[in-house]
Amino acid sequence: MTPPTLASVSVGDELAPVHIQVTRADLIRYAGASGDFNVIHWNERVATAVGLPNVIAHGMLTMGAASRVATEWIRDPGRVVSYSCRFTRPVVVPDDEAGASIEVTGSVTGIEGDLVTVAMKVVFDGSTVLGKPTIVVRLSA
Amino acid sequence: MALNPDLVGRSYPPSPVYQVGREKVREFARAIGESSPLSSDVDAARAAGYPDLVAPPTFAIIVSFEAGRQAAFDPELGLDYTRVVHGEQSFEYIRPIVAGDELVCTASIHAVREAAGNDILTTRGDISTVSGEPVCTTYSVLVSRRAE
Repeated sequence: MTPPTLASVSVGDELAPVHIQVTRADLIRYAGASGDFNVIHWNERVATAVGLPNVIAHGMLTMGAASRVATEWIRDPGRVVSYSCRFTRPVVVPDDEAGASIEVTGSVTGIEGDLVTVAMKVVFDGSTVLGKPTIVVRLSA
Repeated sequence: MALNPDLVGRSYPPSPVYQVGREKVREFARAIGESSPLSSDVDAARAAGYPDLVAPPTFAIIVSFEAGRQAAFDPELGLDYTRVVHGEQSFEYIRPIVAGDELVCTASIHAVREAAGNDILTTRGDISTVSGEPVCTTYSVLVSRRAE
């Protein structure tokens, strides 16, 4: 499969969905990689003490992993020109082997010049967890 | 407590230089599951026209988050950081971050507002190379939840 080009893309195109599995180990790994050691992302005692149901994933981990729906499509993370979202619901990560399952879908909602806008949907436990996640990529002609 | 609106537009000294390391790019890509060879294989990145490994799009948070803390912790702002959650995030890239980049981030207070008793701060981060080439602009919305 070759990467998409402007000529091959149309508004309404659906991207291949991405499944993300997030375990406690993944939270520790992201904490180390990003430098975000906020305790609510790895310590159940503190997370529940501040009113959360359990340890929650870093919003930036969900946002980062969700970007793969676009980067796996274009095969080039360097072609992302903008990416934004709101963090609307926490992703609760239980202390078990499976962790949390997140489903990411995306579809092309706009093409302007060489810029292609992808509106995403990021779902955990039956509800969206990111608000208006939108990624814009630059494609070749 | 409402945030001090007089601080909108205030900018802070540039962050210390952040050198983007190859292993950090690989580590970050692995942590978010990014499988593109452009983020792990130098030859693949060069073959695609990049000088070195390409950082995933949310990598800029590493650089902007630290700089933004200057704004969030400005004592004149009045933000209760113990009640802060990350509300929104955006990245606008002028060009991708690549391994070997030496980056600085200048943080500023973009907006303050109050909604439903929550204090809401938007910080802006302007990331450029040490030689002044603009790379990425970030906006982070921090929500300090109303005390119970």
